[in-house]
Amino acid sequence: MGMSIQTVLSQVMLGLNNGVFYAILSLGLAVIFGLLNIVNFVHGALYMLGAYVALLGYSMLGPLLGKPDFHLNYWAALIVAPLVVGALGIAIEKTMLRRLRKFDHLYGLLLTFGLALIIQGVFTNYFNVSGDAYDGKPEVLNGVVDLGFMMFPKYRLWVIAISLAVCFGTWYVIERTKLGSYLRAGTENPELVKAFGINVPLMITLTYGFGVGLAAFAGVLAAPIYSVSPVMGSEMIITVFAVVVIGGMGSIMGSIVTGLLLGMVEGFTKVVYAPASGTVIFLIMVVVLLVKPTGLFGREA
Amino acid sequence: MNSLFPVAALSLSLLATTSGMAAPPKETVSDGVVKIGVLTDMSGVYSTLGGKGTQVAVEMAAQDFGGKVLGKPIVVIGADHQNKADIASAKAREWFDNEKVDMITGLLNSGCALAVQKLGGDKKRIVMVTGAASTDLTNKAWTPYGIHYVYDTYALGKVTGQAVVQTGGKSWFFITADYAFGQSLEQNTTLFVNKLGGKVLGSVRHPLSTADFSSYLLQAQSSGAQIIGLANAGGDTINAIKQAREFGIGQKGQKLVGLLIFDTDIKSLGLTAAQGMQFTSGFYWDRDEGTRAFSRRFFAIHKAMPTMDQAGAYSATMNYLKAIKAAGNDDPDAVMAKLKAMDISDFFAVHGKIRIDGRMVHDMYLMEVKKPSESKGEWDLLKIVKTVPGDEAYMPLSESTCPAVKK
Repeated sequence: MGMSIQTVLSQVMLGLNNGVFYAILSLGLAVIFGLLNIVNFVHGALYMLGAYVALLGYSMLGPLLGKPDFHLNYWAALIVAPLVVGALGIAIEKTMLRRLRKFDHLYGLLLTFGLALIIQGVFTNYFNVSGDAYDGKPEVLNGVVDLGFMMFPKYRLWVIAISLAVCFGTWYVIERTKLGSYLRAGTENPELVKAFGINVPLMITLTYGFGVGLAAFAGVLAAPIYSVSPVMGSEMIITVFAVVVIGGMGSIMGSIVTGLLLGMVEGFTKVVYAPASGTVIFLIMVVVLLVKPTGLFGREA
Repeated sequence: MNSLFPVAALSLSLLATTSGMAAPPKETVSDGVVKIGVLTDMSGVYSTLGGKGTQVAVEMAAQDFGGKVLGKPIVVIGADHQNKADIASAKAREWFDNEKVDMITGLLNSGCALAVQKLGGDKKRIVMVTGAASTDLTNKAWTPYGIHYVYDTYALGKVTGQAVVQTGGKSWFFITADYAFGQSLEQNTTLFVNKLGGKVLGSVRHPLSTADFSSYLLQAQSSGAQIIGLANAGGDTINAIKQAREFGIGQKGQKLVGLLIFDTDIKSLGLTAAQGMQFTSGFYWDRDEGTRAFSRRFFAIHKAMPTMDQAGAYSATMNYLKAIKAAGNDDPDAVMAKLKAMDISDFFAVHGKIRIDGRMVHDMYLMEVKKPSESKGEWDLLKIVKTVPGDEAYMPLSESTCPAVKK
């Protein structure tokens, strides 16, 4: 296998493609951790749920409603799935996570981990573990584009573009707008912000809903690329947590940049020595933890 | 080999004594129960093609046999080996030592199968592998109590490899699952590709259960090989084929060849994506009246047609029970002697015979995925292109490295 510039470029491009999934998922985790102080282990399962909303909406909703020709199309799924999963997230926050707020991080972690296992278990029971194909990919996004150094599927280009837009949009809202400043202030000193007449509990609930909505959005984006399977989330979430640790817990920009970079590092490793590609992220995590335990972009605690 | 003669003699004499008596002797079945353990991938990347369906098939066999053998109940239990050899081995040990399990079947992963078969050898318990594919099971890892029932990497590599090379696919690149099974499949296929004048240009190894194959596919594409051989299985094969289509690989010039494909994979991929692909199988549900009759009964319970692993587990269990009945007891040595002496012939196995090395040799089939226009129903997925007699498909004993085979 030659190491031509073309090979490297195409692998890095593929890495970027994986990187945007890391970025969008770790961004959701960072938002939730930053504002709620919860290590949201159910994130992977909600990503999987998002993909299933798209899949079932496309193939089962019509027959269920008695209109076999009705399909929830891809574009609609991109909006519906985050709303459905976001609503579920809000229910989880209101009924369960809220009660754990005054306890140690560990309780939230255990609860969300348990929820992830339950959701995954239920889906494993009803759906094909090796995955089902999502057939709703829009016609416009079929085919490949010639990038000069490689033929790249149009759909994946779209995924990269929309994910970057969503990531940086989120960053902008949280770090640069008034709404974002309320959010950040609410986590620093909830009592004081309440005194200004802002409904902090509602803000926290909506933030959680938004964070898991991002996961569902990523799930819909992933559906046409990977098989939609009950284990797709648990496979992803371990890597994503490593990304969060490397980037620094709670850092918005850190999680985005780290996600993208690590995707590319992983892609590059596949050219150099493919068997190491599964472990390279964890090696980096070990090194970062040794050298800068708060993560690359983490603030000193 | 030496050790088997006294066993055969013993079982013959046992048979002579039992058949002479009106009623069978009292303690013919150890512990008063024949317990069959289905140890397989119940939740992972291979669970669709085996999993609970394999347990369903074994339970059907126990029921069809009458629920009892030699007057004692047949009990079927199941567990998940999670595709980890240490877990498989610990579970099997628990079953043998504490749960009175007489025979273990399933084992949908070569690493797990090798570990459990070895344990069966140490503990003198029968292990009938239906899921795993590595030829090591009947060669260097052979034990007197192991049977490899459904297929192996030699038969897959030989039948598919020859068919592809003979139709012009001379240069190959492998995308291989990085463990015992994938490596064995790549090696065996390479052997036949080389033998027929083909050439292997390279290969890349991926970890079991990989979501993203695009990078491996691009390496395969840039190798310029005519054939991209997928030496993996289940969810991995599905993802690889799906993503190859996305990148336009396999549409002009290069061709994808899945070396191990199950009906459930095709179901998951859809005929549009999979049409025209050829591969080797030990069973197809829609082959004849017998296979259809079994498969419809299986479908009624499991809501999917049986794969070769699942149908094979039924056949293995049935023949195991028949051998116990014929031997007049469930002593592993006596049962193994019976199994190796009898003809294995049912809806699953055509011209079947269990050889000295534990290999169950039976007819194999070169299959082709139908075009969407040819399919008449949800499970009307494949057609049989060619039936390959067992002796031609499987490794001849002359090439075997099994310690029981005298050279």
